[in-house]
Amino acid sequence: MPAFVELTDVTHAYGGDGVSAVEGLSLAVGEGEFAAVVGPSGCGKSTLMKLATGLQFPRRGTVRVAGDAVRKPVKLAGMAFQNPTLLPWRTTLDNLLLPLEVVEPHRSRLKRERDRYVARAEALLAQVGLAGQGQKFPWQLSGGMQQRASLCRALIHEPQLLLLDEPFGALDAFTREELWCVVRDLAAARGMTVLLVTHDLREAVFLADRVFCMSARPGRIIAERVVDLPRPRDLEVTYTRTFIDLVHDLRGRIAEARQPS
Amino acid sequence: MSADAEPLAGAGSPSEDPARVRVAAARRVAAAPWLFTLGFFTAWEMICRLFNVSSYVLPMPSAIAAVFGTYWWPLVFHSFHTLWMTLAGFVLAILFGLALGLAVGASRFLYAGVYPLLVGFNAIPKVAVVPILVIWFGVGWLPAVLTAFMISFFPIVVNVATGLATIEPEVEDVLRALGASKRDIMLKVGIPRSLPYFFGSLKVAITLAYVGSVIAEYNASKNGIGNLMARASADFNVPLLFAALIALAVLGVAIYAIMAAMERRMTGWASRSQFAA
Repeated sequence: MPAFVELTDVTHAYGGDGVSAVEGLSLAVGEGEFAAVVGPSGCGKSTLMKLATGLQFPRRGTVRVAGDAVRKPVKLAGMAFQNPTLLPWRTTLDNLLLPLEVVEPHRSRLKRERDRYVARAEALLAQVGLAGQGQKFPWQLSGGMQQRASLCRALIHEPQLLLLDEPFGALDAFTREELWCVVRDLAAARGMTVLLVTHDLREAVFLADRVFCMSARPGRIIAERVVDLPRPRDLEVTYTRTFIDLVHDLRGRIAEARQPS
Repeated sequence: MSADAEPLAGAGSPSEDPARVRVAAARRVAAAPWLFTLGFFTAWEMICRLFNVSSYVLPMPSAIAAVFGTYWWPLVFHSFHTLWMTLAGFVLAILFGLALGLAVGASRFLYAGVYPLLVGFNAIPKVAVVPILVIWFGVGWLPAVLTAFMISFFPIVVNVATGLATIEPEVEDVLRALGASKRDIMLKVGIPRSLPYFFGSLKVAITLAYVGSVIAEYNASKNGIGNLMARASADFNVPLLFAALIALAVLGVAIYAIMAAMERRMTGWASRSQFAA
């Protein structure tokens, strides 16, 4: 499997304080793979996201996405965060169309082919269980529904790479599990590469093909686990021995990583 | 939420229809501004009559109303002059404030450089500037317009800049990762986001502009309510002075109401809180 996102010996620091957010970080995610990154808080997981999308450039080392060295924002990525960050003055549907107003080739086509794009957005909303909610404003939706809409916004331009930064951190346990299934199905249907950054080990193991474990700041990869649970996975899988053992093992790694060395 | 809770309150007394109780309460609230205004002037009149207050100190509302009868034309004429000065200064303030606010909000360098200057400028009492304006431009309409402008652009700049500076970094990331330019982010997110701040500041700015034009008229004009007051006060025409004050209040409330209505129309999405309901 060729690597789609590849970071080689990357070191990055913000500002002039000299403390690295990540140091000697190497990681490769194959095309179409679902990878999860877990780690203690403040370990530079969000920096990893910024490096992979070209919002930041490393002090040292190389970042390659889709075979090319990253020198500017990559444009083929969709992003969703813990905070849904939908714009309150736009309807949900218009929020979904926002990336299309920015990214080419959709940007120049949007005016002429608006009907087609609206149909696409509505199909996407239906796929995540928000059929017919497009005309509502984001603040008229519940937190879980907003997060679904935020996922749709990340996917509307059919990105090859989906980056999720703790997307379900602010949701209650039941909604979170519902959304795991939504993401599982979307990833399976589109065959895109997904990089999920999370605190939740069960979430990582349930969704990912491979889980990377990061050390405390400055972050680097200290362990890697292949999750060979068969797909499609049902929520029941989270109660099986293999699943629990994997989570337990990762938990041990994180606990080690939290100890200052 | 509250709509569900209210019928329970009336449930104890079956004789009272909860819907009717609610309508009556709403009517009472709607009548409150009129009742209180009427009560205020009645109390004023009563106190003046009861304690035999001299009309040189505090004229009765009935006496002031009589002044409106005799001086209606000067009052209307000078009110319109003041309104015109205020609006001219206000429009200048909007143009300048919006441009500077967008520039300062978009660039950290400009923000750091211009902000201290702005604060310093704003700290100067604008009455103190009127004599300088008179030296530069003479007595007339220009000092009034400029004073209105100078006193009212500051809140617009600050609010527009704040709206831009508080864009959620995640939204910026989402768009920048797609290759959005700074201009795209300003147009799609920054400007719509700062509109509620902008309209909020207009309500403050129009009131300030009004203060500015009246101050300048009082000191350096041949027209306007401010000038009318200066002349009335020189003649010890206290009832006319009070009539001018009331004309100012009416005009001020009217322009404030227009601004507030505009704000509601343009940025209804921003005032969705039930807090004040």
